[in-house]
Amino acid sequence: MSARILRKVFLFCALTAVVSVVLIFIFVAVKGAPIFATAGFTRLFFSMNWDPLKGNFGMLPFIVGSFIVTLGALVLGAPLAIGTAIFLSEIAHDRIKRFIRPSVELLAGIPSVIYGFFGIILLVPLSRMLFGGSGFGLATAWIVLAIMILPTIAAISEDAISAVPPVYRMGSLALGATRWQTIKRVVIPTAMPGIVNAVVLGMGRAIGETMAVLMVLGNAPSVPKSVASPASTLTSAIALDMSYASGVHQTALFAMGLILLAVSMVLITVVRVWSGRVGR
Amino acid sequence: MRKGIDVFMTLLLYTAALSSCLVLFVILGFIFTKGVGQVSPAFILGFPRGLNAEGGIFPTIVASFYATAVAMTVVTPIGIGAAIYLSEYATGGRIVRLIRFGADTLASVPSIVFGLFGLALFVNFLHLGWSMLSGGLTLAVMALPIIMRTAEEAILAVPRSYREASFALGATKWQTIRRAVIPAAAPRILTGIILGTGRAFGETAVVLFTAGVSINLPVLLTDPGRTMTSHLYILATEGISLPTAYGTALLLIAIVLAFNYLARKLATKVR
Repeated sequence: MSARILRKVFLFCALTAVVSVVLIFIFVAVKGAPIFATAGFTRLFFSMNWDPLKGNFGMLPFIVGSFIVTLGALVLGAPLAIGTAIFLSEIAHDRIKRFIRPSVELLAGIPSVIYGFFGIILLVPLSRMLFGGSGFGLATAWIVLAIMILPTIAAISEDAISAVPPVYRMGSLALGATRWQTIKRVVIPTAMPGIVNAVVLGMGRAIGETMAVLMVLGNAPSVPKSVASPASTLTSAIALDMSYASGVHQTALFAMGLILLAVSMVLITVVRVWSGRVGR
Repeated sequence: MRKGIDVFMTLLLYTAALSSCLVLFVILGFIFTKGVGQVSPAFILGFPRGLNAEGGIFPTIVASFYATAVAMTVVTPIGIGAAIYLSEYATGGRIVRLIRFGADTLASVPSIVFGLFGLALFVNFLHLGWSMLSGGLTLAVMALPIIMRTAEEAILAVPRSYREASFALGATKWQTIRRAVIPAAAPRILTGIILGTGRAFGETAVVLFTAGVSINLPVLLTDPGRTMTSHLYILATEGISLPTAYGTALLLIAIVLAFNYLARKLATKVR
């Protein structure tokens, strides 16, 4: 085979990634976009009224649901993850590290349907006991998602914290600072851009998560009033309705997929721009 | 006072790390103790009976491996080819930025969107229907950035001296890649493939809308099939049979963790 042809073959392979993204956009947009023309932005994005049978496709409950669920998961999960990362990088001895790090990494390998199942059998009854209601609702989803984003945030934060040059710590310790003062005043501020990056990626994971949320959130198309209330997210609504939706209803679900795609594009761009600036 | 805060914060960080770890053991322990009584040869090799709840889950195991195998067969050559281009041929510039942007974007697409995409393109537009082929191809698109990234890192980790030695012996670029670079990078590439396999095997939202949910033993590429993940989802949410759900969950987690373990073992061996 001539070298030129080989080069083309490999280039073609590499371009598959680009072609896939374009195809995803085209196919989700072609199926979803028509609803923007027929229903109009206000009736989609600013309406609480989701009643597919009557032709009302207000997506606000799902957008708000996705936002609340993600925010709660971050509030619960990010401190735990960053704490774990600091511990692994600054405090743990090798032997503890060799035990904790693989355990946290394994969390990332567990399928999301398992998290959902675990939520149903253990956390739902727990939430029912603590907060009342059915147990399927915000509180349960927050905990499940917090666990799911933990390995992502912990791993990337740990990379950022470990990358802080040792001389920074030595300088601080030599000035008489305690280890915690060094962590708080020197290590964390230096690693901050990387930690923010980690949290943004964790956020992306939380917004896009489908199965676990679908299984524990209770799937009510309304804005939750308390931590025990059921809710719906963009992802869970698509997954739940897709199995029977047809016509305009299906178009609406593809439009919601388009919103998700747009949100994940924005997040990935934020991370790229941010880490590009930090990297140089 | 300063010392006190230091001790307190150290303890707090200890607690954070230990609870992160504890979560894993609670999940694994709970599913293991509840599921272990359920798993038997008859469960693994039997067919479902009654309302698809009693008996075994053999067809779902076959469907999971089938769809994953299709995905990996398709994505492995493309992913490695892409990695070879990026690491050995590309000279930077616009096209590389475009490819990296594509791969990064693909990696961030939520799995439910892959499901919608697979449904629209493979199931409906290409008339492949709910099938192992539709499910496998959609999973392949999902796994592409994982394979690309790990293979590229593997190839970049091969020392430059290997290539120089090969060129010095008069080998062409392709001979160098095939005989010197790829063999040296193979264990790491394999690690990436196994990790991708684990991801694809554990995926639910993608296969739910592309491979179908009917319980049958898939034989042809065009046959539909319910994967273990879809089966667990349906059992758990419809509350048909919790014991079967526990058994399925345990088998699923065991298989996925086995892939992870294999990848990890291989990775430490290389280092």
